[in-house]
Amino acid sequence: MTTTTNPAATSVSDSNPPVPVILRRHRTLWQDAVRRFFQNRLAVLGLAIVVFFLFLAIFADLIAPFAYDKANFAQVRVLPMRNPAYPLGTDEIGRDYLSRLIYGARTSMTVGITIQLIALLIGVPLGGLAGYMGGKVDFVVTRIIDIMTAFPGLIFAILVISLFGGGMWKVIFALSITSWIGIARLTRAQVLSLREKEYVEAARCLGVTQRGIIFRHLIPNALSPLLVAVSFGIPAAIFGEAGLSFLGIGINDPIPSWGKMVGISGAYVRVSWHMALFPTLAIALAMLGFSFVGDGLRDALDPKMTR
Amino acid sequence: MTRYIFGRLLSLVLVIIAVSMITFSMMLAVPGGPFDEINQPLPPAAKANILRKYGLDQPVWVQYTKYMSNALRFDFGIPYQQPTTTVAELIKSTWKITAQVGLMTLLVAFGLGIPLGIIAAYNQNSWIDTIVTFMSMLGFIMPSFVLGTLSILLFSVYLGWLPLGGWGETGCLIDRYFCADWIMPVIAYALAPLAIIARYTRSSVIDYLNSDFVRTARAKGLGERAVMLRHVLRNALIPMVTVMGPIIPDLMTGSIFIESIFRIPGLGKYFVTSTFNRDYPMVMATVLLIALLWGVVYLVTDIAYTRLDPRVRLGAQEGQ
Repeated sequence: MTTTTNPAATSVSDSNPPVPVILRRHRTLWQDAVRRFFQNRLAVLGLAIVVFFLFLAIFADLIAPFAYDKANFAQVRVLPMRNPAYPLGTDEIGRDYLSRLIYGARTSMTVGITIQLIALLIGVPLGGLAGYMGGKVDFVVTRIIDIMTAFPGLIFAILVISLFGGGMWKVIFALSITSWIGIARLTRAQVLSLREKEYVEAARCLGVTQRGIIFRHLIPNALSPLLVAVSFGIPAAIFGEAGLSFLGIGINDPIPSWGKMVGISGAYVRVSWHMALFPTLAIALAMLGFSFVGDGLRDALDPKMTR
Repeated sequence: MTRYIFGRLLSLVLVIIAVSMITFSMMLAVPGGPFDEINQPLPPAAKANILRKYGLDQPVWVQYTKYMSNALRFDFGIPYQQPTTTVAELIKSTWKITAQVGLMTLLVAFGLGIPLGIIAAYNQNSWIDTIVTFMSMLGFIMPSFVLGTLSILLFSVYLGWLPLGGWGETGCLIDRYFCADWIMPVIAYALAPLAIIARYTRSSVIDYLNSDFVRTARAKGLGERAVMLRHVLRNALIPMVTVMGPIIPDLMTGSIFIESIFRIPGLGKYFVTSTFNRDYPMVMATVLLIALLWGVVYLVTDIAYTRLDPRVRLGAQEGQ
């Protein structure tokens, strides 16, 4: 489906020449989506923020002025702008706050993206299977989803971590246990509705193999809502990690985590305001970036939406 | 209808059983227990006595069935941390505070969220609409502990207007109620649900403002007030029931974050300390309570929805 940007220029994508029409270059759904995404100013801003944090995460070793665990006990809780070596100050044992914030981006991005990948790996096959097979498989999967939904995710994660201990991979594990549920439910609903669509019916009648239907029709069409779900799932996972670390049961020292930095700052909030302010701003900015990207993707990938 | 409710109740029971089994086996599966002798070495006889007192020397399934049959009588055992009281007592006393926080938050979130949403819908693209949009963005990007920390920085540390934390301790209007230390936690906690509520109300009201029957109502000369109250709001607020659904159990079971930032001695804070101390009875009771609350509230919202909107039929959900 092509959209006409200028009503005067009649677009006929499957026209029979020789009609003197201005032919528009053929654009696929995805090219269209990319174009729509980049026309959305907030989405581009969000993307810039996300890219910025990803850049910090990947090149932290090169950018950060200090190692994240380099303590300087002579310079404890230095306020920002007091010591030129520590532009954002130092923490409670004299580690450079700027460097810890930069490495904190690495922690957040790793956790957020890994959890969503796991959610996709579990949720898509399970939901797809339930939707496609129906019957008993569907019944069992739906019941599992129901039970997992009733289980409060954060409480569950706290339980798991308090039993098995903290650390990045355990945090990822604990948050992954409940993160796939939404993806599975979404995939199931997508497959269920797509399976009955006329074009799938038509493909089946034309003798397209089951494999062809799955890969050519079901997956590409289910992809865009999944992409949107993932773009909202990443900030949710980042929030989960920050929350656990805030409570002191997430990422272990000396690995920096924004949530942990906020949690520790609570004890020093009266004097060392910078310890609370910067990590909270970092979390808020990351959430803002991802949510703008998510909104932009949702708008861009829904071709039925008119602007 | 009765059949449907019965089926839902049955599945609620199954969910609770599953949840309790998972929690119970998880707590027993990991190495280490509440009476490990890392900190205080015990003579073997004394340890055996303690284990017998709490029933920890019995097979797992005996412990489980005994626990569940007691739980049905609201007997959740004795918390390991405070053996002089019972889990039921402890939950009652901490939940009272959590419920206060939750109710106040609910009040603020709905009391401000719905009017703001309506006003924003009636004045699209005005400054108030911009504020609502901005607030709902803020509510989404600021987790409650981030917002709590920032508000402490601003209002307690920098401006010195409000106390750093506590609940019912400073500046109370009526004896431990409606205190100055209620303000920040409630606002920090309410912003996220408020944002969701305002956004839903706004889009729902806009949908109905553009609908045919509202145009008809206006065309036949009905006053704007009557149109709003009888045609727009009556319809637009029905979907709010589903929005309320997940918010209520969330608020009523307390925010672990809000309670630990503002040092509120509620259920959420207690849950965290209980898991650290491997206080099995306390953890089990809290998890069961939360799961039960979730299940019941979801059921109630689904039923309320059919009552309010006759177009929705409960049986029809099966086809989806």
